[in-house]
Amino acid sequence: MPTDADLVAVLLTLKLAGLTTLILLLLGTPLAWWLTHSHWRGKSVINALVALPLVLPPAVLGFYLLVLMGPHGPVGQFTRAIGLGTLPFTFSGLVVASVLYSLPFVVQPLQNAFEAIGTRPLEVAATLRARRLDTFFSVVLPLARPGFLTATILGFAHTLGEFGVVLMVGGNIPGRTQVISMQILNHVEAGEYLRAHWLAAGMLVFSFVVLLVLYGFAPHARSRR
Amino acid sequence: MEFLSENPATRLLKSCARTGLALLLLGSAAAQAEDVHVAVAANFTKPMETIAADFEKASGNKVIASFGSSGKLLEQIKNGAPFEVFLSADQKRPEAVEAAALAVADSRFTYAIGSLVLWSAQQGVVDDQGEVLKRGDFRHIAIANPDTAPYGKAAIETMSGLGVLETLQPKIVQGDSIAQTHAFVSSGNAELGFVALSQVIKDGEISEGSSWMVPMELYEPIRQDAILLKTGENNSAARALLEYLQSDAAHRVIESFGYAVSTPEPAAETTP
Repeated sequence: MPTDADLVAVLLTLKLAGLTTLILLLLGTPLAWWLTHSHWRGKSVINALVALPLVLPPAVLGFYLLVLMGPHGPVGQFTRAIGLGTLPFTFSGLVVASVLYSLPFVVQPLQNAFEAIGTRPLEVAATLRARRLDTFFSVVLPLARPGFLTATILGFAHTLGEFGVVLMVGGNIPGRTQVISMQILNHVEAGEYLRAHWLAAGMLVFSFVVLLVLYGFAPHARSRR
Repeated sequence: MEFLSENPATRLLKSCARTGLALLLLGSAAAQAEDVHVAVAANFTKPMETIAADFEKASGNKVIASFGSSGKLLEQIKNGAPFEVFLSADQKRPEAVEAAALAVADSRFTYAIGSLVLWSAQQGVVDDQGEVLKRGDFRHIAIANPDTAPYGKAAIETMSGLGVLETLQPKIVQGDSIAQTHAFVSSGNAELGFVALSQVIKDGEISEGSSWMVPMELYEPIRQDAILLKTGENNSAARALLEYLQSDAAHRVIESFGYAVSTPEPAAETTP
């Protein structure tokens, strides 16, 4: 049976993935909108930066976060100056890391969805004298729903599976930074395979179900990816 | 035979034979120089690099070392990792290898006895009595994962022996191995941490930051055992490396990194 520590790790991971997804939807939506409609020439730089976590080894991201968020790094000095302390080994630190790590998994599906809508519905809404914010909520959001579904599921699932970054900046603290993947590593390294199996099999089944939902119930979302 | 030797064709044949023989000898010499794959506990990284280089120079064999926590290395060995020699940070895990019938019988010996240090990269954080542990005026204290790294276990024993484990528990951050623990402290992300003396010693002294040598009676002696794995049974380089580890030359290197070396009489153990 899973131990109490395992359950704590599961809850912590769900909390991390949920919060990260929420932040990413809030930040990612305007970003994806801007990337879709901006005519700025330097846009490709931002596109590349957003996609970077797709190809970057998590160890690289983790290493730079450890250095930048540490007491000698600029981010660390800033967070200390505003009284937050340094972020490594804290839950907030993991949220920051996860937001960066899962950024393209939320922004790109949204961007695809916005591009698929095109400018025509927006122009039609404008002729009906709809305000831009009104247009967004009553025209764009319903049309882009499959994109939001994909973004939410992928952002959540990808954060759930995060390991390399957490290993670098987490510190393996129960209830704060000890997520499921760290706990699996702990069990395997301690030779407790049965305990590792509980968590690993759980992750396997959950990930499969998530993808099943994605492919089975959101065919539009799939075709846009 | 004499008239044959005058024949240029024969001379050519002879020289070919000679070259062939030389090539053959060269080939067998190359076969003698073997690779040896070693799984090394992370605390022994620095001494191993020196010892491996010396051994390679002396023997012509090549040492391919993988470093990690003893617990991780043990699991890899149990699952068929291609290591031939295992240098653990404890005795428990080489014994487990023996119990799993993955080791060559009677090949186990203690190659080093390690020391634990409370260390900070900053001056003035750690006092030479370890009082900082009782004050607890820091945010994070780094230790190695006590379930997989013997130096982490020794750190827990020390804090529990001093009666500060419970109060410090919320401040503990764990490195996957003693190497990552050292990285947490040296990068300043943890103000202090329990590391291996070998990681911070240079030319016989700890020159950087501030430190406290944890008294040996506060933790179980960290006797580090080496063992020859079944996979290395017929690898002469593996046997040679284990022999070299027990030589005076290797002992000097090991001691220079702050370890004690095992002596036949346990009473003669010295603290570095």
